[in-house]
Amino acid sequence: MTLMKSLMSAAAAMALSAGAALAEPALIFDLGGKFDKSFNEAAFNGAQRWAEETGGSFREIELQSEAQREQALRRFAEAGANPVITMGFAMADPLSTVAPDYPDTKFVVIDVNWLDAPNLRQVSFAEHEGSYLVGMLAAMASETGTIGFIGGMDVPLIRHFGCGYAQGAKAVNEDIEIVANMTGTTPAAWNDPVKGSELTKAQISQGADVIYAAAGGTGVGVLQTAADEGVLSIGVDSNQNHLHPGQVLTSMLKRVDVAVYEAMKAGEDVETGKFELGLADQGVGYALDENNAELISEEMKSRVDQARQDIIDGKIDVVSYYENDSCPALNF
Amino acid sequence: MDRMPKWADVVLIPLISLILAAALSALVILGIGEDPVAAVKLMVQGAMGSTYGWGYTLYYATNFMFTGLAVAVAFHARLFNIGGEGQAMLGGLGVALVCLYIPWPHWTLALIGACAGAMLFGAAWAAIPAYLQAKRGSHIVITTIMFNFIAAAVLNYMLVNVMRPQGSMDPASARFPEAVQLPTLHELLLPLGINFSKAAPANVSLILAVLACIVVWALIWRTRLGYEIRAYGHSETGALYAGISPVRITMVAMLISGALAGLMATNNVMGEAERLVLNSTEGAGFIGIAVALMGRSHPFGVFLAAILFGFLYQGGAELALWTTIPRELIVVIQALVILFTGALDNMVRIPLERLFMSMNRKRRNRGEGAPLPERKPTQPSE
Repeated sequence: MTLMKSLMSAAAAMALSAGAALAEPALIFDLGGKFDKSFNEAAFNGAQRWAEETGGSFREIELQSEAQREQALRRFAEAGANPVITMGFAMADPLSTVAPDYPDTKFVVIDVNWLDAPNLRQVSFAEHEGSYLVGMLAAMASETGTIGFIGGMDVPLIRHFGCGYAQGAKAVNEDIEIVANMTGTTPAAWNDPVKGSELTKAQISQGADVIYAAAGGTGVGVLQTAADEGVLSIGVDSNQNHLHPGQVLTSMLKRVDVAVYEAMKAGEDVETGKFELGLADQGVGYALDENNAELISEEMKSRVDQARQDIIDGKIDVVSYYENDSCPALNF
Repeated sequence: MDRMPKWADVVLIPLISLILAAALSALVILGIGEDPVAAVKLMVQGAMGSTYGWGYTLYYATNFMFTGLAVAVAFHARLFNIGGEGQAMLGGLGVALVCLYIPWPHWTLALIGACAGAMLFGAAWAAIPAYLQAKRGSHIVITTIMFNFIAAAVLNYMLVNVMRPQGSMDPASARFPEAVQLPTLHELLLPLGINFSKAAPANVSLILAVLACIVVWALIWRTRLGYEIRAYGHSETGALYAGISPVRITMVAMLISGALAGLMATNNVMGEAERLVLNSTEGAGFIGIAVALMGRSHPFGVFLAAILFGFLYQGGAELALWTTIPRELIVVIQALVILFTGALDNMVRIPLERLFMSMNRKRRNRGEGAPLPERKPTQPSE
C-alpha cells in the first residue's frame, strides 16, 4: 500500500501543479494530423492567427489513436485548459461523456451539431450550400457537359458535399452529366494523392472537364493532374486557387480557421450552443481572387451571387444529404 | 544450443536491444532540441506513475497480447499471419452484432457471447486465406494482407449503410446498451480496497488476455495438437511422414490465430469504445507481429512485450500532450524499439554469443566450469 500511496500522491502533485497554470485554450487535432493542407491545418491557422495577434499561447495535440480522444479531453480539462477546441465529428461521442464531467470547462467542437450539453459550443457548416455554388460554376464553365466529383473517404459528410454540388450543377444545366467517385473506404483515403490522380484521369477520359475534389490531402493529386491535363478543378476547405493559378476554377471555402479563431478570442467566455455557419455568416462560400479572376466571367459571378442571395433568403432550398440519407440529384 | 545461458537469451538480449533503441531515441530527441531525460521521465511517469497511466498502458497491452498471441500461434506452424488487423476488425463486427442485437441480461453472459462472436468472425476471416494456402498454395502473407483491405471495406459498408444510426454522420454503430458494458479495473479493484483510476479504459478483458496467454501456452506445449503444430512448423516433410496432415494443421493453426486476433475486439470495441468505430483496430494487428517477434512466440514473452508496447503507446501519448515533440517523432521512437528488438536481433545476439563462448572456454581452461561434455564441441554454424 505504501508504494500505491506514494504513486497516488505523486499523481496528485502533478495534477495540482498542472492545474495552477493559467487557463490557456487547447486544440485537439484529429487523426489526419495538423498539416493536412485542409481541415486540421485550417484550424491550426486560425489558432496561429490568434496567438500572433494576442501574444497568447495554446496547448495542442495531434491524436494518434481512438483511445486518446477521451484521454486528451480529460487531460486538458484537468490541466485547466479553457476552452478545449476539438476537430471533427469523431469527437462527438467522447465529448458526450466527458463534457458533463467538467462543467466549468467550455468545449468547442467543429462539424458536430447533434449533442446536448450546456458547456459545449457546436459549430457546423452548411457545406451543401457552398458546394451548390461551386457546382453552378462548374456547370457554367464546362464545355463538354460532363463534370466530376472526387470524394475522400466514403462517409455521409462527403456525400453531403457531393449532393450540394450536383444540385447546383443541375440548376444551371438540367442535362449535365456528373461523374462521382470516392477515393476509398478507409481513413487512408484522406491522404492518397496518387489515387486521386488516377481517378482524375479516369474522369477526364469519361469527358469531365471540371472536377471538384472534396478529399483532404488526396485533393492535391486531383488538382495537380487536372492542371497537367488541361482541365479545370475546384479546391476545398481552404482557398486552393493559388496551387495552380489559372487552372483552379475556384475553391469551396469552409472557414474552420474563423471558427477556431473566434472561439479562442472569446476565451473562457465563449458562447455555448449550436451554431451553423452558412452562406449568410460567410462560414462557407466560393473563393475569388487574382488567380482565378479570368476564369469566372461577369455573367457567372452575377448568377452565382444571385443564387447565393436566394439561398440566404430561402428562395432556393438546397437539400441536405442528411435529411433522408439520399440525394435527389446524384446517386452514389 | 548451450552457447548462452537461458537467462541471457531471454532477458539480456532484449534488454541490450532496448537500451540501444533508447540511446538512439535520445539522440533523435536531442537533435530536435528537446531534453531526452525529461522526455523519458515524462514517459515513465505518464505510463506507469499513476493508476491512470497504468490503466492506459494495460489497455493497449491487452490489445497487443491478443494480436501477439495470434501471430505467435501461426508462427509455430511457420505461417506468417499478417492479417491480424483484418481479423480483429471482423472480430469487432462480431462483437458489435452480438452486443447490439441480442438483449443480454448481464455483462458476464454478454462477454461469453461476445467472445464467441469475436472468435467466430475472426476465425472465419482467417479461414479463407488458410484454405487458399492449404489447398491452392497461395502464399498466406499475400492473401492475409489483402484480406485486411477487404475487411476495411466490409466494415465500412456495414457501418455506413447498415449499422449507422439514423441521422448520425459518424460512420459508427450505435452505443451498446448499459447491460453489456464491461467493468473497468476501477470497478473490479474497488472491492479489494484499491482505488484504481476511473478514467482509464483498462477493463476485465485484460484478465481474458492473460487467460488466453495461459491457454495458448498449454495448447502449444501440452497438447497433441500443439505438438503437431510445432512439428509441422519445424519440418513439413517430417510432419507428413509422421502422419500429420498439412492441410489440417494449416487450417487449424490459422483458425486459432484468427480467433485470437478477433478476441481483441472484446477490449477495444466492447471494453473501451462501447460501440464499433471505423478504425477501431488502429494498427494493433501489425504491432502484434512485433510483439510476437520480440516475445519469441512464447506466450510469456508476448505478455511482456505487449506491456512494453503498451508503455510506448501511453508514454508517447503523454509526450504528445505535454511537449512539442511532434507525433511523427514518437512513431520514430516506437519504430526504433521494433527495429532493435525485432529486426536487428542478431546484431546483439551474435557478439553476445561469442562473448559467452569465450568466457566458457576460459573457465574450462581454468578447470572450474561444469564437467566437460564428452561429445565434441560443435562448430559454430557461421
